[in-house]
Amino acid sequence: MNIRDKVAVIGAGCSKFGENYDKSAEDMIVEAALDAYTDARIDPSQIQAAWVGTLSSASAGNALADPLKLFNIPITRVENYCASGMDAFRNACMAVASGMYDVVLALGFEKLRDSGQRGLGTFGSHPVVGYGTTAPSLFAMAANRYFETYGIDKTSLAKVAIKNHHNGTMIPKAHFRMEVSEDQVVNAPLICSPLGLLDCCPTTDGAAAVIICKEELARSFRPDPVKVKGVGLSVTSGEPYMKPSFAYTGFPATAQAAQSAYEQAGMTAKDIDLVECHDCFTITEILNYEDLGLCEKGEGWRYVAEGRADIDGGAVPVNPSGGLKSFGHPIGATGIRMIYEVSQHLWEKAGDRQVKDAEVGLAHNLGGPGSVGCVTILANS
Amino acid sequence: MVGIVSYGSYIPSYRLPRDVIAKEWDAPSLGGERALASFDEDSLTLAMNASIDALGDRNPKEVAGIFFASTTSPYREKQAAATVATVLDTAKELRSMDFTDSLRAGTSALLTALDLAKARELLLVCAGDARMGEPDTLQEQNYGDAGGALVIGSEDVIAELVGTYTVSQEFLGTWRTEEQDYLKSFPGGFENKFGYNRFIAETVQGLLQKCHLEAQDIANAAIAAPSQKALRGALRGLGFDMKSQVQETFWNTVGDAGTAQPLVLLAAVLERAQPGDLILVAGYGDGGDAALFRVTDGIASFQVARSVYSQIEVKRTLQSYGKYARFRKLIRKDYTTEDESTPVVLLRDQKQILPLYGGKCPACGVVQFPIHRICTECGHRDGLEEIKLSRRGRLFTFTNDYLTETPDPPTTHAVVDLEGGGRVFVQLTDCEADRVEIGMPLELTFRKYHEGYGIKNYFWKARPAE
Repeated sequence: MNIRDKVAVIGAGCSKFGENYDKSAEDMIVEAALDAYTDARIDPSQIQAAWVGTLSSASAGNALADPLKLFNIPITRVENYCASGMDAFRNACMAVASGMYDVVLALGFEKLRDSGQRGLGTFGSHPVVGYGTTAPSLFAMAANRYFETYGIDKTSLAKVAIKNHHNGTMIPKAHFRMEVSEDQVVNAPLICSPLGLLDCCPTTDGAAAVIICKEELARSFRPDPVKVKGVGLSVTSGEPYMKPSFAYTGFPATAQAAQSAYEQAGMTAKDIDLVECHDCFTITEILNYEDLGLCEKGEGWRYVAEGRADIDGGAVPVNPSGGLKSFGHPIGATGIRMIYEVSQHLWEKAGDRQVKDAEVGLAHNLGGPGSVGCVTILANS
Repeated sequence: MVGIVSYGSYIPSYRLPRDVIAKEWDAPSLGGERALASFDEDSLTLAMNASIDALGDRNPKEVAGIFFASTTSPYREKQAAATVATVLDTAKELRSMDFTDSLRAGTSALLTALDLAKARELLLVCAGDARMGEPDTLQEQNYGDAGGALVIGSEDVIAELVGTYTVSQEFLGTWRTEEQDYLKSFPGGFENKFGYNRFIAETVQGLLQKCHLEAQDIANAAIAAPSQKALRGALRGLGFDMKSQVQETFWNTVGDAGTAQPLVLLAAVLERAQPGDLILVAGYGDGGDAALFRVTDGIASFQVARSVYSQIEVKRTLQSYGKYARFRKLIRKDYTTEDESTPVVLLRDQKQILPLYGGKCPACGVVQFPIHRICTECGHRDGLEEIKLSRRGRLFTFTNDYLTETPDPPTTHAVVDLEGGGRVFVQLTDCEADRVEIGMPLELTFRKYHEGYGIKNYFWKARPAE
């Protein structure tokens, strides 16, 4: 079964992202959901089912039911590492496409800043194997391998941070609204070599929500629904660092999810007008260009260095929102926030950062040590 | 012919200059430096890594007994020798025993092994110590950390046993009670005069008389000593020439390494021994132990994995008392994230964690770690063949992680491709962050990762190969 043109996004909402010390998860969930309700011009009583993505901020469907008082309908909590949000969206799409429901809600959120831990803390459930690894460490090992393979250095990574922070200055809901210089990025304190502080996305609080419905019903809610053209998900080994064949210069989960989404959409990377991708670290965005097919293997660093990833760079702009790097990364929210952002461009509501004549957008969410890839293609016709 | 088949020693890479300790307390410095176990080392890992070298390529299944000696065993109740045996992958039918609570435990373990060695059976004696002198005492400066190991057997010996001698007597010179954290010594010259000097003299002279030998017959003597000065005092009038006949104690470079010291000194003696040499080893504590060996022709072709002298030279100097204090838990953070562990998983995965077995796919041949139920490369479902992984390899990729909590930042995570297959993901140790390079040759070393659940969580780390 192909999901193409069976499901449409009719509303999207997003809370302010940032260090929301004055807001609870409930506050942010309500903020994002009400924003989406208004955008979709629906009453919550019309929502027949819901999916909620969160890594660790809550359990079960009650994460959504209680804040939104969405009682007595099916709600499922989805967790798939940092791709939890987009996988919640994907499950919602499939349920609508199956014909089971007409109108559903997909919402992602994360409340990270109530805890005092640095970053996401350390990973690993085994007493000793993989002990002490952190999120940046897993991607830093890819950076060192990429450097070794292609002979580049930190200044190439800095280009991603400079671009995304610049884009972030144009969006009020972003975690950061500040320009950064190459000097600042390259000389920032080391977190996991070679990644410095400004190579890393922040730990962010936030929530994002989308309302989706059966394609046939979409125009009864709004004249310009965004159509879901394809949604792909791929899961590879969560211990790539122990897999003998893993090259560590890209993430097969991204490439496979993209291939699946492109096939469903009947498209290739050439058909895409903008990309929102998972730039959890600067190196990740460079690998994503290659894995998503925006450029050849080993050319990702050139793609950003030559300005092709810029909003008006003459190629496919990447992360006009500022990405995880500047907009922020509340884990479960991020995948839905990407759907929100792509939709803003397709609705021509993206303000100063608007990608001109955007008709097709791709969103890419990545989880774990690059082991969970999720790609969605959306279009306005 | 019972004797020494092989030997190994282990000196941790860190050195703490005694001036650093003295400066911290505004106290006089004894000068020189002491070897320091890093935060991921303890008496067991020190002895373990010496044992790995001592055993070398010998079949561990031929080992019939393992004796571990220490005054600072990682557990007050729980055997360390059994851990050494499991890591070395010996047969389960084995006599394992810890010799503890006396400074002389190292030589006592050796003498016991010499008594027990039977035809075609090997016994491994190892010792490790990381003793704690109370902060702001001379003991704190004096002690050093090290490990030593000897393989004892009756075939292919490099030094055959001539004789042993032991004296035992109640004596309170240095002690630590059940309630005390630090070793106490009676102040002044009491211990040397009525303990150390007397017991060493009685033991060494007793051994020589028993073997009908004179001091001048001895080529080299490895005699445990709290300091070079104390050793000179003990041997005064016994007829030894300190320069040519007595192994120096490494007091200036390693310090007094407790139960491991006589084994390390014996290793140093063996490194330079010639066939026919009569060599002596002696230990002190609640009396004294001594053994005499005649070096055989086998010494000429014997290759030591890692010499004491080379380990003394390859070092990293720690200039921070604070770091030492954190390594030894003299300073603790008020709040740290709790490490997690469970003896259940450690038992279930024991064969992978301790003797480092991986899996080899019978279909595609790929060696992998951990041992997956289904091959990670080809999907073969009928199980992998257990295979002992190599402990040498090269660095595939890495990162220096400043986010992970550790007493000695950064934590270097390393993806290591092992010789003969298998890729392991371990921490890198004994290496400054700016020296880490993709492709560098590495060897695995047995270390303590953390103490989650109040237990010692040991596993392998990688370090630069010589």
